[in-house]
Amino acid sequence: MAILVDSNTVVVVQGITGREGSFHTKLMLDYGTKIVAGVTPGRGGSEVHGVKVYDSIIEAKEEHPDINTSIVFVPARFAIDAIYEAIDANLKLLVVITEGIPVHDTLKAINYAKSRGVTIIGPNCPGIITPRESKVGIMPSHVFTRGPVGIVSRSGTLTYEVSYALSKEGIGQSTVIGIGGDPVVGLTFTEALELFEKDDETKAVVLLGEIGGDMEERAARMIAQGRFTKPTIAFIAGRTAPPGKRMGHAGAIIMMGMGDYESKVKALEKAGVLVARTPFDIPRLVSRVL
Amino acid sequence: MKLYEFEAKDILRRYGVEVPQGIVISRGEDVRVKIESSSLEPPLVAKSQVLVAGRGKAGGIRMANSIDEAINIVNLLFDHPIKGLKPKYILVEKAIKHDVELYASVTLDKSERRPVVLASLYGGIDIEEIAREKPESIVRYYVDPVKGLMGYEARSVAKKLGLTGGAQTSFSSLLQALYNIFIDYDADLVEVNPLTIVDGKVIALDARIIVDDNAAYRHPELAVERVEGGEVSIWESKARSMGLAFVELDGYVGIIGNGAGLTMTTMDLVYEYGGAPANFLDIGGGASSERVKKAVSILLEYPKAKVILINIFGGITRCDEVAKGIVEALREYKGQPKRLYVRLSGTREEEGRMILEEAEIRVYSDPREAAIAAVKQAEV
Repeated sequence: MAILVDSNTVVVVQGITGREGSFHTKLMLDYGTKIVAGVTPGRGGSEVHGVKVYDSIIEAKEEHPDINTSIVFVPARFAIDAIYEAIDANLKLLVVITEGIPVHDTLKAINYAKSRGVTIIGPNCPGIITPRESKVGIMPSHVFTRGPVGIVSRSGTLTYEVSYALSKEGIGQSTVIGIGGDPVVGLTFTEALELFEKDDETKAVVLLGEIGGDMEERAARMIAQGRFTKPTIAFIAGRTAPPGKRMGHAGAIIMMGMGDYESKVKALEKAGVLVARTPFDIPRLVSRVL
Repeated sequence: MKLYEFEAKDILRRYGVEVPQGIVISRGEDVRVKIESSSLEPPLVAKSQVLVAGRGKAGGIRMANSIDEAINIVNLLFDHPIKGLKPKYILVEKAIKHDVELYASVTLDKSERRPVVLASLYGGIDIEEIAREKPESIVRYYVDPVKGLMGYEARSVAKKLGLTGGAQTSFSSLLQALYNIFIDYDADLVEVNPLTIVDGKVIALDARIIVDDNAAYRHPELAVERVEGGEVSIWESKARSMGLAFVELDGYVGIIGNGAGLTMTTMDLVYEYGGAPANFLDIGGGASSERVKKAVSILLEYPKAKVILINIFGGITRCDEVAKGIVEALREYKGQPKRLYVRLSGTREEEGRMILEEAEIRVYSDPREAAIAAVKQAEV
C-alpha cells in the first residue's frame, strides 16, 4: 500500500537540465523511480540521463499521458510558474524541492492547488519516498528500508537520520515524507496523518517536528480527538534553542504561547504520543508499540 | 527585511493613510537647518529609527516643546545607543494630541495559510498582554487570498470593534490599505501600533513593515542603508553577510549542521552529553565547498568555539563538497589550531570521508560519538 507514491507513480522532472535537477534525476532513476520526461523551457529535444526533455508539461504529456507527478527543481524566481503549469496540466502530486520561493507566491499556489484537488509537498522539502517502489525527492536512498512505519517530518536531514536509525534496527518504513521547512507548506502533518490512517501497511507513525509554528499542536489535537488512531512517536528538534526572533506583535498574538518546545511536547504527550528525547531513542520507542 | 518607521510611514501615506507630518534627518546632516527649513511646528516628537523592538523603553522617543529643544534632542538621540547601536536616522514629527490608542495589523497565519487581519481598541506597547488576558478584545479576520480584503469585510471588522460613523469608515479604509501594502510589498507583517482617531479620522502614530526576504529582489525601491543591529552580534552579522544562518550562543562547542532541524538536534545532543553549544550555524541545503569553507573559517576565528562539531547528513548536500570546504578552510587558517569532529553520512559519504582522512581528520558516522568526543575535548 503506502501513501502518495508507489510503483504507479510516473514522474516529470521540472528543471531537469539544472545542476540539482540533473544530479537527482540520475539518483532517482537508479532507485527505480519511473521518470519518463523532463521539462526545461527552451531545452526541448535534448536528453538528460536518457530522459527526454520537453519545453512544456503539455508536450511531455502528449507523449506520456500517464505522467501523474512532478518534482520541481526550478530556481526560486521561476518556480511558481512551473508549479501552476503542473497544476493546470492536471498532475495529482507536486513535490517542490526549490528553496527561497516568496511566501505570498507559495500561499496563492497552495490555495489554487487545493481548489483543483492537487497535493503539493514542499516547497523547500526533501520529497517523498516509498522504499523499494518510488523516490520522488533528494534523500539519500540507502537509509530507507521497507516496513510498517510511516514518517512525516519538517526537517530533511533529521528525516534521514531517523530513517537510518530505524533501518539499522531492522525497522522499515512504509512511506517517508519531508513536508518542507518553509513557513507555509502544502501538505501538513495533519493531512499526512489522515493518509497514514487509511493505509493498512502503516502500523505506526513517527512525527519529526521542530520548534516554531503550531503544526505539532494541531497533530496532537487530531490524535486527542481520535481522528488518528495509530501509535505515534514524536521528536521535536530545538529543545535547547534560544527563543526565536520576534516578528512584531502580530506573530505573538496569533501563536498565544504555542510553538515552543514545552508546548509541543505537552500537547503531544497529553494526546498519548511517545516523545523521544533524542532521535536515537526513536527505534526503541517504535519497537515498543509495534 | 525590516523597514524603518519612516519608510513604512511613507508607504502608508502613499496608500492614503494619514500619518503625522514629519522629516527624516540622517546622521551627519545639519540638524538645525533641516528642522528650521521644514514647516514643522512644536510640539514635536523625535524618534530614533532602529530596527529593534523596545525603542520607547530604551529612551529612543522624546518630546520637544520648541524648535531649539527639538534640535537638542535630535543631537542627543544620535548619540544615544538603542540596544548597543546608535541610530543612523531620526524621525521628527508633529506630536499628535490623542486620548485613544488602537491596534491594527495584517500578517500571515502560517498554519491557516491565510492572511489575517488583527484589530483591537487597546493598542500600544501592552497589546500582547491584552491578547493573553482578554483575547476576545482582539478581532481576527481571515482573508481569502484570491479575493483580497473587500470593503464590506473591512467595515465588518471596524464594526465589531464598536466603531461608528466616520471612525468606522476611516478605520476600514486603513485596514484595506494595510492589506494592499501587505500584498504589494510581499510583506510578512504590516502593523500600525498605535493608531489614534482624531475627529473621526484614523492617524497612524507608529508603523512597522517586514518584507519577506525571499521577495526582497522585487523591491529595489527599498534601498535605504539598513543597520541591522543591537540584537545582532558582530559574529552574527559577519556570518550573515556571507549568507550563513548563524546565532551566537553562550557555550563553547562550535556547531555546524545542514538543515535547521539537524543543526538544532546537534545542539540538543551537545547539551545531552553535558556540553554547551557556542553557536547555531546552518549551511542549508546543497552547500558548495566555498560555502562550507566560509562556515568553517568563521568558527575557526570565533573565540567562543573551543572545538568544532560538524554534523552533515547529505541529501542535496554532497559530503565531498563539505569535506573539500573543511580542508580548504583549515589550509588557509593561520590562528590557534582547533580540533574538528566531523560526522558525515549520506550523498557521496565515501568520497567525503576519503578527502578528510587524507587530511588526517577523523570522520564519525554516528553523531552521538562525534558529540561526546567534542564535548570531552572542549572540557580539557
